[in-house]
This record gives sequence, C-alpha cells and structure tokens, in this order.
Amino acid sequence: MTQVLGEVSQSWTVKNDQSRSEAFLKSLDPRVRLVSCVSFAFLISAMHDLGALTLALGIGLGLSLSSRLPLWTTIRKVIVVDSFIVVLMLTLPFTMPGETLFSVWGWDASKEGLYRAAEVGLKANAILFSLMGLVGIMEPSVLGHALYRLKVPAKLVHLFLFTVRYIDVFYKEYKTMRMAMKARGFVPRTNIHTLRSIGYLIGMMLVRSLERSDRIMEAMKCRGFDGRFHILNNMKIETRDRIFAGCAAAVILSLMAVEYF
Amino acid sequence: MASLISLRGLHFSYASGLDVLKGVDFELNAGDRVALTGSNGAGKSTLLRLINGLETPNSGEIHAFGAVRRQEKDFRDVRVRAGLVFQDPDDQLFCPTVAEDLAFGPLNLGKSSEEVGEIVGRTLELLRLEHLADRITHKLSGGQKRLVALATVMALEPEVLLLDEPTNDLDRDTKQHLISLLTELPQAMIIVSHNHHFLNRVATRQVELSDGVLMEQAA
Repeated sequence: MTQVLGEVSQSWTVKNDQSRSEAFLKSLDPRVRLVSCVSFAFLISAMHDLGALTLALGIGLGLSLSSRLPLWTTIRKVIVVDSFIVVLMLTLPFTMPGETLFSVWGWDASKEGLYRAAEVGLKANAILFSLMGLVGIMEPSVLGHALYRLKVPAKLVHLFLFTVRYIDVFYKEYKTMRMAMKARGFVPRTNIHTLRSIGYLIGMMLVRSLERSDRIMEAMKCRGFDGRFHILNNMKIETRDRIFAGCAAAVILSLMAVEYF
Repeated sequence: MASLISLRGLHFSYASGLDVLKGVDFELNAGDRVALTGSNGAGKSTLLRLINGLETPNSGEIHAFGAVRRQEKDFRDVRVRAGLVFQDPDDQLFCPTVAEDLAFGPLNLGKSSEEVGEIVGRTLELLRLEHLADRITHKLSGGQKRLVALATVMALEPEVLLLDEPTNDLDRDTKQHLISLLTELPQAMIIVSHNHHFLNRVATRQVELSDGVLMEQAA
C-alpha cells in the first residue's frame, strides 16, 4: 500500500520548487478532489461514445501531467493496468459475436468486440489517470481523513488507516523471515518441503499479526481508549476549491452532453 | 507519604501453568526511578502488565494511587496515571502522523481540541521532538519511534512511567538524549532493562526479579 500510495507525493521534475499547477492541485481540499474524481469515474464507466471517452482520457492525462507524477512509478502502474487491457484487446474481438472484420486461423474477429475492447481500454485509462492525478498525490492519511469528513463510516476509515500503518510492518516481518529462510539455504522448489515451509511462513505471519493486534489494542487501552475514535482535522473549503468544483462539474456536464446528444 | 504503587504477595502464572511470580512485594514512592532487572523470562514485563491491569494476578493485592485495584474498571484510571511504554514502538504508534498519535490519549480523556493541541505542543517541546510533529509514524527511524512512543505516553501527563526495555535499538547519542530526558522528568518510574550502564545513570534504586520474588539490590 505504501508503495502504491506513499511515494507519489514526490515530483520527478522539480524537487523543492513546486510548479504552479502541481501546487494548485495539491493545495485543493482533498474532499473536493476525491468527490470530483469519484463522480468523474462514475460518469466514465457509464459512457459508451468513443469520442467522449477519448476526451475523458485527455482530461485524465491532463490532470496527471499537471500534478507532475513521478515518471517511472507512474509508467509501472499504467503497465500493470494496461497489461490486463491488452489481454482483453486480444480476446474480446474473437469472443463477441457480430460483424466479421478479419479472421485469424479460422477465428473470426468481430467489429463489436474490437469496439468494446477499445471502449474498456479508454475507460480504464481515463479513470486511472484522473485517479492518479487527483487522489494518487494524497498521503494515505490525508485520504483517510477526507473519507471520514465525507461521512464514510468511521470503522471503514480506521480499517483503511490501520492497513496503511501496518502493511509495512508486516511486509518487513515477511522479508525478515524470508531472509532468515534464505540464510539457512532455503530455495523454493516444487516439492513438499517448499510447500510446508511456505505454509509455516504464512502461518507464522498470521500468528504474529494476531499477537501484534493484541498488543496494539493493549497499548491503545493504556492510553484510555474506550472504543470511540477521535480524529483531529483541519480541512477547510476555500475559494479555489469552489472554483475547482465548479470546473469539475462543467467538465462532467459537457462530457454528458457529448455522450448523450 | 503513602506510596504511589504498592504490590503485596503477588502471584502469577502463565496460561501454560508456569509459575512466574511467587509472592512479589514492592513499593514505588514519588521520585523513585527503579531499575527492574532479572534474567530473560523472569517476569519483568509481566510485572509491568500486572500493575497496569493488562494481566490479572492469581492472588495478591495491587494498590495504586490510594486505592486497591481489582477489576478492569479499577484499572482504567491506573493505565492513564501509570503510563506504560511498550517494548516495540510499532505496537504503540498506530496513527498516521506523530501529532495525531500524541493527541490520541488526551482525546480519549475527553479533552477539547484546543487543550489537546496545547498538550501535543508542550509534550513535543519537553522531549525536544518538535521537528517530528507532522512526520508519518511508520517512516520514522527506530530511535525516533522509541522517543515518539515515550511522547505519546507523556501526553497523558502520567504520574508514573513504566518503561519496558526503553534502550533497545537506540544509538549512543539517542541513548544519551533519553538518559538526560528521564533524569529531568519529575515522574516516578520503573525501568525494565538489561543495559546496566543506562540503568546506573538513570535509576535511584535497583530491584532484581529472580525465582519469582523481588529482591532489593544495594545501590
């Protein structure tokens, strides 16, 4: 999780001297960014018009570019998502019935299938880029607070925050144990010994996380925890947030216009 | 003056049936900085957990802050007044940022946001950690985590500090910093540690747990 969300807050072009557009996107209230992004994503997932989707992808790319995402991490993330899309591109034309466009070794590729694959690819990338540009640059803790302020149930928010906090600890524990196994000459092979050892490793991870959660609970009790969470926050909607929200609404409405009229 | 915490004839055995404490008697007075030593598995951490009510003794009495403490609800107040700093800071720090982690305790005690902000600022200043306020807790170094864990307990403004192996994975400078901090603090404290150099510098009294009983050591 921290690898996915955490490091994005660093820019790849300018280190300390933030560019203006980046500073602008970051200075916006996280709630405004989150709501705009989610409504944008909902709209995109309901659209079918390729022209409107291409426009949406352009907007997503624009947001990603102006938030100056770190180049290589971004490319890696995009590749992960798009490798799935490529599989779709390769299979959909041959599995959807419809007008035959061309055929490969007796397999007919349908026009409808190709169309659908293009649609899914455009949708996925448009959502991905706008998500990275608007939400990806947030620290996970900020995202948690924004969700809380948007009245997402406190239990879910804390589940999210605890996950962000401890996934790193568990990952480190996993790495340490793997290292210890390697240090005693363990090499994974296809045999019972490997399966058993990996089983022990996973089992030990579960036991350790259970024990850790007990200790965290005790540490919380020692600080007067009584089952209720209190969140400190200081988020404020300002003029620039209103302007951005207005622009987002205008973009969403015009996309709807392109799609439906 | 009555002692802050007094233990009489405390017996405790683990779920496995192993007797670890066999009649522990102990007094903690104001201003005491007690070094609690003993071999591995002697029950040092268990003793701290008993004082805080995280474990229940098989028999014996725990007096804390002028009252006998028996049930879970008796201990709620003890836990806040006798702040326990855990062995592993990763267990203690669970909030996203340092300031929020410090605020967690006081917020639980029902303090207002302004008061909490003030306490957080004051505690960070006391431990000279102001520069860490907005850092993400899991990205701190081992030594920083340990000091912040101490700060989260100090934010409760406890009367007694219970420190479980506070010097683990501290480098020399941070250890020095911790020594000067602890000797400046007015709180009575019980410190579990194997580091004799550290204990000699900080402690005013030394007790050793061996074979389930507590023995006062000559200074």
